[in-house]
Amino acid sequence: MGMSVQTVLSQVMLGLNNGVFYAILSLGLAVIFGLLNIVNFVHGALYMLGAYVALLGFTMLGPLLGKPDFHLNYWAALIVAPLVVGALGVLIEKTMLRRLRKFDHLYGLLLTFGLALIIQGVFTNYFNVSGDAYDGKPESLSGVVDLGFMLFPKYRVWVIGSSLAVCFGTWFVIERTKLGSYLRAGTENPELVKAFGINVPLMITLTYGFGVGLAAFAGVLAAPIYSVSPVMGSEMIITVFAVVVIGGMGSIMGSILTGLLLGMVEGFTKVVYAPASSTVIFLIMVLVLLVKPAGLFGKET
Amino acid sequence: MNRYAWIALALLGLLAPFVVYPVFMMKLLCFGLFAAAFNLLLGYTGLLSFGHAAFFGGAAYVTGHLVKNVGLTPEVGVLAGTVFAGLLGWAVGSLAIRRQGIYFAMVTLALAQIVYFVALKLPFTGGEDGLQGIPRGLLFGLIDLNRVAMVGGNPLPLSLYYFIFALFCLGFWVIHRAIHSPFGQVLKAIRENEARAISLGYKVERFKLMAFVLSSALAGLAGSMKCLVFQLASLTDVNWHTSGEVVLMTLLGGVGTVLGPPAGAFTVVTLQSKLTMVGPWITVIIGGIFVVCVLLFRRGFIGELGRLLRRPL
Repeated sequence: MGMSVQTVLSQVMLGLNNGVFYAILSLGLAVIFGLLNIVNFVHGALYMLGAYVALLGFTMLGPLLGKPDFHLNYWAALIVAPLVVGALGVLIEKTMLRRLRKFDHLYGLLLTFGLALIIQGVFTNYFNVSGDAYDGKPESLSGVVDLGFMLFPKYRVWVIGSSLAVCFGTWFVIERTKLGSYLRAGTENPELVKAFGINVPLMITLTYGFGVGLAAFAGVLAAPIYSVSPVMGSEMIITVFAVVVIGGMGSIMGSILTGLLLGMVEGFTKVVYAPASSTVIFLIMVLVLLVKPAGLFGKET
Repeated sequence: MNRYAWIALALLGLLAPFVVYPVFMMKLLCFGLFAAAFNLLLGYTGLLSFGHAAFFGGAAYVTGHLVKNVGLTPEVGVLAGTVFAGLLGWAVGSLAIRRQGIYFAMVTLALAQIVYFVALKLPFTGGEDGLQGIPRGLLFGLIDLNRVAMVGGNPLPLSLYYFIFALFCLGFWVIHRAIHSPFGQVLKAIRENEARAISLGYKVERFKLMAFVLSSALAGLAGSMKCLVFQLASLTDVNWHTSGEVVLMTLLGGVGTVLGPPAGAFTVVTLQSKLTMVGPWITVIIGGIFVVCVLLFRRGFIGELGRLLRRPL
């Protein structure tokens, strides 16, 4: 096959770029699953919502406030979007998910599926399915960086770097700090943790808010690269589910590494056999189910 | 449900095309059977498949292709579609039962996505346009399914309707027999307490797989029926939205009840056709019903009715 090392490396770098999105989203799913025991189907829709907060903040917030020159800039969006979506998550948890805690976990999946339909439906009504471009990319992140083997867009370097920082930061907080130890204990035995005087319901609410906040953060990062569209989340979430099945949701680091790895594999597939790149993650899932049914990092019994 | 109730329902089905628009009625039957087939898994085995559109739509493509491009008769096409869905169900099921609970749902969703991509890329499926203009053909090479009977000045496609109704009854009867057989009892045992079923010596994996194959084959039957009624097999049929819709139909009518899923399907299909003027808002409404259902009445309306009457429906 006539492929140079350069082509492979550059596709793998672009794959890594998709991989960080898989990593952040599957990390969020894993964090939520750990404490709430639900698969958060609405995760994709909230990722999309994050991207729209950035887009609308940039284009419509100013006119809405009567100051047409005002744009919510990219850096502000990176903070505002996770907060807005996180607040929505807190609301969802407090008003709906909380009521389902004593029922089968499948109901959590079904409820969040319904919410995903609602959010996606609303945005499909007002926005173009083929997507809108986000023009708020900061000047400082445009241009390219010379990586030695290829010229790589500066913005993508930022996306990879900041996502990795957020992922490993989350890992550090959960696995290495006192707050994280409460979370992990709450995952194992919420009753006992409650007995120690820790406000477990509040912890659950905030964890859910944080998890979906991560999705919104990823959405803002994605806005300048992919076009912002109402269906961007649903396309993403199904792939991320496959990633989660491959990695298993039992381990934070596991879900981060699986996401990164699969993104790179997907990028590599684009060089070797492009038509298979949209299904390669699903095919790997089949392989993993055959060889190691519990998933690569699974602790499932 | 006693015998008289069944006879009354069958009579309703026989007379329906004279009262209700027949194509609409046939759509109800297709989705009613689809939901009933799905319920065999969720309601009686406790497995949530989020990929049932793959069997429904996959069978529709196979039937459509065989009838349109190969020129087979409709009953052979329907049989082939059903068998195909059963085989696909065997493949998907053997992989999916390796994981439990919500992982099972995610695995089926992801595997169904492969079917979606394949349907998008294969040459005979017509890609984005789908397989259009599928002929209904001659049943057993004799009866023209396109023939209409003039009743009171209205042309009614009665031959097609009764063919579809017969298939619906056949499928529903198979499900009913399965549920009320020793096989069905084992499935319920797995649903209630899997560990206990294993300790009693049942090969749980094998039962789960059998239920999965049966459910997917019948979902395929429903898809093949739909393909003949609308003369169309499209990406919508294999899309994850369709997988979600069948979950909603079952949930709304009543998970684990015999009449619930068809009743839920009738409700959702009726809503969709009555609310065409709201356009894309229908997705929002469907999502809203989902949320309300999960939060407020998890038994579904037939389930609640059954509880009121103190008998299983």
